[in-house]
Amino acid sequence: MDKSEKTEVVLLACGSFNPITNMHLRLFELAKDYLNGTGKYRVIKGIISPVGDAYKKKGLIPAHHRIIMAELATKSSNWVEVDTWESLQKEWTETVKVLRHHQEKLEAGSCDHKQNSPVPERPGRKRKWVEQRQDSSQKKSLDPKAKGVPQVKLLCGADFLESFGVPNLWKSEDITRIVADYGLICVTRDGSDAQRFIYESDVLWRHQSNIHLVNEWINNDISSTKIRRALRRGQSIRYLVPDLVQEYIEKHDLYSSESEDRNVGVVLAPLQRNAAQAKS
Amino acid sequence: MKSRIPVVLLACGSFNPITNMHLRLFEVARDHLHQTGMYQVTQGIISPVNDDYGKKDLVASHHRVAMAQLALQTSDWIRVDPWESEQPQWMETVTVLRHHHSQLLRSPPPMEGPDPGQAPSAPTAAPQLKLLCGADVLRTFQTPNLWKDAHIQEIVEKFGLVCVSRVGHDPKGYVLDSPILRKYQHNIHLAREPVQNEISATYVRRALSQGQSVKYLLPDPVIAYIRDHGLYTKDSSWQGTGTARGKGKAS
Repeated sequence: MDKSEKTEVVLLACGSFNPITNMHLRLFELAKDYLNGTGKYRVIKGIISPVGDAYKKKGLIPAHHRIIMAELATKSSNWVEVDTWESLQKEWTETVKVLRHHQEKLEAGSCDHKQNSPVPERPGRKRKWVEQRQDSSQKKSLDPKAKGVPQVKLLCGADFLESFGVPNLWKSEDITRIVADYGLICVTRDGSDAQRFIYESDVLWRHQSNIHLVNEWINNDISSTKIRRALRRGQSIRYLVPDLVQEYIEKHDLYSSESEDRNVGVVLAPLQRNAAQAKS
Repeated sequence: MKSRIPVVLLACGSFNPITNMHLRLFEVARDHLHQTGMYQVTQGIISPVNDDYGKKDLVASHHRVAMAQLALQTSDWIRVDPWESEQPQWMETVTVLRHHHSQLLRSPPPMEGPDPGQAPSAPTAAPQLKLLCGADVLRTFQTPNLWKDAHIQEIVEKFGLVCVSRVGHDPKGYVLDSPILRKYQHNIHLAREPVQNEISATYVRRALSQGQSVKYLLPDPVIAYIRDHGLYTKDSSWQGTGTARGKGKAS
């Protein structure tokens, strides 16, 4: 198949990454294999976007640690990288805005982008090809939405999809924009639950062609919550997170009962914001 | 300070290839034994099975040993021992246990530095060698003709078992269902893996043969080795057995 007929995709994963685990990293690998395997897409980049501290989730440790751990975790990857834009925002930023930010960045970059296709994977070397292409040239592409511009898609697990149903956690307009304008890659162990969830939602159903369910055959339940619990109990987390991350956590003694009590009693930022807006 | 019994964990298996889950077994088992307050785990040994075992898709032992070595480069307490794989034929697990146990008794006690001629001081107990396995292996004790009853008894009576739970298994049930295991249940430690992590080597081999990524399921150096040696590709199930042992292999 002609390379230029495939839609180029950038996978964006938003979340706490508190801490990042091998499971998070697996999501990228599974999603990429799946999308590339359809023959319609070519995944060119993966972006990990840790949430800002203003999210106010219980047990959320400062962003700079979570960023560093994600960077250590992706050191050995030649296509997945960490982006700090979201974590640097003063206020909590809705996921749709993060998607929009990254899509616009790609479009700005591709204005100067000629027909040289983006980098084939080169082991051991990451290239932020978007930044490289940004110069002061005034050349514009014919159409920003042409096949030539990579598309950002949201990568997530099944719990994320089902969180759409939590009252006040998401604005319904945002959910619509996410699945209509961007698309969702949902890696799930139990496809049937996710399929039923899509079936029961009019919005998701309408845009189901833009929602890809990827099966995770391995029962790989390395949740950050369990990692933090194991750490509090002095249990080993080796081989569940990359070695560099485990060493960093140990060196900085990041997770404890104290850290788990952060934001206790504080309302999660999206709940706070959506409830307030509903009232006004 | 009360002295704990030193323990060495021995894991036998195909390790075809070694995965993060195999490595986790050691970590979980060590945590569990330390939690009891009675033991001090000093060493872990991975013993890849002999090629003669005849399991389907088993790649040559020198590869499996090399991969395990790469995986354990960053571990300060677990090592690979190729002894079992280098024997002229397959041998029962109990034989491997006996071998490693006598090796342990022969080597000087780790904690002290007396002259070789001097008798070791009393508190240092001889290390106990325990068989480390997943719950699926414990279940195979029930498979007719797979294990000799006398061997099962020797394993749990003379050595001891540390069994790490797996989804879909009921290790406590397996123990209670077997008279031998029930009798020596004090020597069978059931450890629970707090984080479900079902990375089967079978899945890994299938993913590799389909050209899918296995990154983050095995250590990177192992993945590189597999790639460099063309292991587990679609038509390499026989190519992997590089050493000529005079036995034709069908698969």
